[in-house]
Parts: sequence; structure tokens; C-alpha cells
Amino acid sequence: MSKDMTKPLLSVRGLTLDIPLARGTLHAVRGIDFDLYRGETLCIVGESGSGKSLTSLAVMGLLDKNIQRRAERMDFDGTELTRASNRQMRALRGDRIAMIFQEPMTSLNPAYTIGDQLIEALRLHRSVSRDTARARAVELLEKVGISAAASRLGQYPHQLSGGLRQRVVIAMALMCEPELIIADEPTTALDVTIQAQILRLLVDLTKEMDVAMILITHDLGVVARVADKVGVMYAGELVETGPAAEVFGKPMHPYTRGLLRCIPQPGMTERGGELGTIPGIVPSLIGAVQGCAFRTRCPHATEACGGEIPVRGEQSHRFLCVYADGARSVEGEPA
Amino acid sequence: MSAPVLELKNVAKTYRVKQGMFGKPKPLNAVNDVSLSLGRGEVLGLVGESGCGKSTLAKILLGLEEPTSGQVLVDGEAIGGQDRLALARRIQPIFQDPYSSLNPRKTIADIVSLPLRVHGVGDAKSRAKSVRETLELVGLPARVLNTYPSQMSGGQRQRVAIARALIMHPEIVICDEPTSALDVSVQSQILNLLNELRAEFGLTYLFISHDLAVVEHLATRVAVMYLGRIVEEADVGDLFDAPRHPYTRALLNSVLTPDPSLGVPDTQLGSAYPNPISPPSGCHFHPRCPFAETLCKTKAPRPVPRAGGHVECHLHDPDSTMYRPDFTV
Repeated sequence: MSKDMTKPLLSVRGLTLDIPLARGTLHAVRGIDFDLYRGETLCIVGESGSGKSLTSLAVMGLLDKNIQRRAERMDFDGTELTRASNRQMRALRGDRIAMIFQEPMTSLNPAYTIGDQLIEALRLHRSVSRDTARARAVELLEKVGISAAASRLGQYPHQLSGGLRQRVVIAMALMCEPELIIADEPTTALDVTIQAQILRLLVDLTKEMDVAMILITHDLGVVARVADKVGVMYAGELVETGPAAEVFGKPMHPYTRGLLRCIPQPGMTERGGELGTIPGIVPSLIGAVQGCAFRTRCPHATEACGGEIPVRGEQSHRFLCVYADGARSVEGEPA
Repeated sequence: MSAPVLELKNVAKTYRVKQGMFGKPKPLNAVNDVSLSLGRGEVLGLVGESGCGKSTLAKILLGLEEPTSGQVLVDGEAIGGQDRLALARRIQPIFQDPYSSLNPRKTIADIVSLPLRVHGVGDAKSRAKSVRETLELVGLPARVLNTYPSQMSGGQRQRVAIARALIMHPEIVICDEPTSALDVSVQSQILNLLNELRAEFGLTYLFISHDLAVVEHLATRVAVMYLGRIVEEADVGDLFDAPRHPYTRALLNSVLTPDPSLGVPDTQLGSAYPNPISPPSGCHFHPRCPFAETLCKTKAPRPVPRAGGHVECHLHDPDSTMYRPDFTV
């Protein structure tokens, strides 16, 4: 297996997801591009219905049958995922591409012990003995910070707390030494203290093992602390992408700035003062969608926003807006 | 502070939890000797991890649970003796999930007017007027009157829940995670609305949330709960600027502000939240506390005054051998 560091591990161009409904076609994801290199963490942030979870499912080939997936390119280390057979995808999933979902109780089988599930995760993809797999399971449980790892193998998921279960899910994701982890809201169901512990664990492990990660979240705080790269998703498009420091330091798209104003920021937002809001609602993506989808809620919208929207910015930090500066100069700095 | 509108005196709630088919039921102290007092117009933020007793406390205040001991006073009157209806006029809830807290088979007009009908207030005409006024207050147009919850967005549903809570003009509103099911852009609208309504009607909120940035923004006082006890309570500025209890510090540390120059913090909370059926001896927090000494394992700390409130920690007790007056966490 070649480990070329200059080529992206995952390269996606023009990913489009259409869902045919009785009322017309729902354009859930509308032509998104992103690259992910080894060891890098990409956070996709967006509100409900923005298409962020569908994007991750599309990469893993786990979409419902009725969803139509099209892409110019979905290259995973030389494998074109759009042309991969179900069999090829099954071989990738859980092996080179691992998944971590929001609710650990639903991704663990309640009828099997932790040990059985961890051992199966490895033996499905590798021809190793049960004892070897068992040793690996113990090693990983210790790595994710579970005490008395060997004795945990005989326990069932319901005997563990939410935080411990999510640690087990992470250990399971790591069993086959994946190159890419896709984590969809992995800490949303957890307490803030446990959230910090789990995120720290994910960051440390991905760096240590040089694993790339796509982390899907709605929490801008999580994004800022975890991401190398950020993709801000709105109504099926990545409206702004770039290195975390740049997107938070100099947010270009009006939506990104709007989101940052909505959250109270300790030390910056006045206690009890008024928070920023984004008026209006997300537009329907059924039928033909034209122009900038954010224009119905954008304070700077003009007629031009209904037409073709140019891609702005440099190679690493890009955004979609008719304004060359994303209307920053009109607006001033976000609070 | 003005005369307290809501006061809790040594409130405790103990459940008896069965341990298997033949095991003797064990006591679970969900709320353990909690005393709080809230002035009119105050917002008390109640924070703590799942299972710390926040929601049990809310249920006691709403009259949905009877405290095992202690007293809850509204305007100086004990509510134990009051009937549920009288209590409901003064204390109303807003819950976390606007999808399950509204009856899907009733129209918005039905949902919002229900409290008026239950309490037998006015006639149909005056009730309809009151509903329209309240909806306007929470920023909903009159055309939603005949729609159903399923036709509304999450933010609109939460506005309906707020309208329903306010239509009886209560003094106290218990907000149990009112924005955690909402998107950030909607969350800020609801928080602004709650703030405006408080200023306009002098409402008092008990604001339960796991989001400390939101609590810091909205609350005037904050109480930190751990295993059924309020381990630290202070004015919002005092608590956030100078946390005294090591647990408060850990909670504040775990807040992820959107600052990309910072990594994920180390909370230094080693082990998981303890089992409330067999709480740790002494100070309940000692197994997770980086400053714990032998004393913490044997003796429970007493509440001692701190700037703007109280704290339960040996490090802050002048009578304790562990006392460190200069200690800030």
C-alpha cells in the first residue's frame, strides 16, 4: 500500500445527492468538493437538514436505495468509490474506513458482549486467531482509557455508561487500523465533561496513528477545538471551506459570520445582552434551486444573488458569494 | 435582593431503588438537602452532569414530585399544602423537546388555550383574544392558530411552548434545557425572547442547562449540582470569574469556546460519574478531584460562604485542616 503524503487520501468533487419525492426532487447535497489528507481532521458544520450527515453516508456508501448519488470524483486512495461494488465497499467499511455514530447504544449490539463485538470487527477483515484479536481488543480498550480492560470484554453494552460505550465504539473503529474515521456527532449525546474527554481521545489517537477524520457536528465550539480544516454547510452546499484558524479568524461567508454571532462567547458577548440571530428559515430544496440558497436570510442580498454564484478566495480558504469580500467590509467584524 | 419569590429549604428527595428481585431496596438521594432562594426577576442557572438531580428538582418545583423532606415556598407560602392548580398558576414549565411536549393532534390554538380552560378563566371570546395576544408576544403570527405542531419548525414549536407557559401569567418559569434541541440560529432567537419576556414581565426563571456558555449568558445566579447537592452557588460573575469548587472549575474547563487556537481541554476528571445508589464517602466528589486528601474521603464538607454565595469544599472551610484561603482553582 503506497502512502503518498502529497496526494489526498480522500478527494471528492461535485458530490450531488438527489432524493426523489412525490412533490419533486429534493436536492439534499448540491455539488460539494473537498480533499482530506492523511492525519487531517475535517469538520463539517451545519444546522439540521444542511446535508452534512448525508454527505458522510455518501462517502461510506450507506445511503438509502432511493437516494441518487452522483459525483465527478470520489477517490479514496486510488479507489473510485462511485464505481465500487457493494462487495468492495463492505471490504472497505470497518477496515480502512471506520465509522462512529452519535448514539453508542444503537451502534453496539445489545445481545453480544463487548469482547465478541470487538473481536468480530477484526476477524471480519483479517485472518487472525481469536486470541490475537482478543489481545488487540484489550490493548485498544486500554488505549481509549478503559480500566480493567480484560474484564470488560465479558460485559454487555447496557452495563456501561454512555461515555464508556462511546469509548468502546471508538476502540472498535480502531481495531483494523483504519486510515479514515467518519464520526457523525460522536459526542452530542454525552455530558460536557465526557464530551471533552472523548474529543481529546479522538484528537490524540488520530494524530498518534496518523488517521484522517471527518467529524460532522453542529457545535462550533467542537469544530474550533478539533478541526484542521472546516467546511460550513448550508442547504446542501459547502458555503465556506478553509483551515480552522482562518475560517474562525476571518469568516468570509455571511452565514458563517451569522452563526458565530448566534452563540454566546464567554468574555466577548455581553452577559444578558442580545445575541445575534439569523432571521427566516432554510429554503426548500425541492425542485429547481438557483442562486445562493442563503439569500433569503442574508442581510446583504441583492438581485445578483439569484444568479450564478462565483467561488471566491484562495485555494485553501474558499467561499461562495457574489461579494468578492463576502460583504465583510459592509458588515464589520463579527462580535 | 428583594424578598424571595421562590425559596427551597432543605429539600430532599429519596427514591427507593430495587436491587434485583430479592434485593432490599436501596435509597437513592436524588436531591439532598438543597436550599436555594430566588428573588423576583432573577435567573438561576442550574448546571451539572446527567443524573445529578437537576430534573428531579424541577419536578419538585412543578409539584410533579413530592419532596421527601424540606419545604418549597412561593412568596413565603409553602406549596406542599397548595393544590396543583394554584401552583400551576404561579409556576410553569418549558421543556427541552418541543416535538414531544406538544400534543400532535391539537391545533396551536387548543394547545395554548388549554391552561385557560383548565383554570376556567374567561369565556371563549376572551380566551381567544388572550391566545392571540400571547402568540404575538412570543413572535408567532395569528395564522398559526389553526395549524398543528407537525407543520411548524422546532423554533416555532418552542415559541408555542413558551406561549402556553406564559398565558396564565406565572411568576416563575422552569426552563429545562429549553434550547438544547434547537439549531444555533434558532437557539439565539429563543434565548433573546426569554430575556425580553423576563425584562417585560419581571419573570423569574430556573434555567436548567448543560450548556455553560448559555447559562453564563442568561443567568444572574448559578448553582452547580453534584450527586443531589448544590456544591457551589454564586452570582454569575463571581462563579464564572472565580470558581471555587474544583468541580465547578472542571465544568467550566470543559466549555468549548469557538477559539481555534485552543485545543480540547483536559478536564482532569479521571473516573466516570459515580453511581448515586452508592455515593462515595465523605465529599462525594473526592474520587474525581485532583486536590483530594484523606480528609475528603472521610468527612463531608459543610457549606461555607463565598463571594456571592456558598461552596462546599474543605479547601474553603476556615475550620478545616485543609483550609487554603489563597486557593483559587
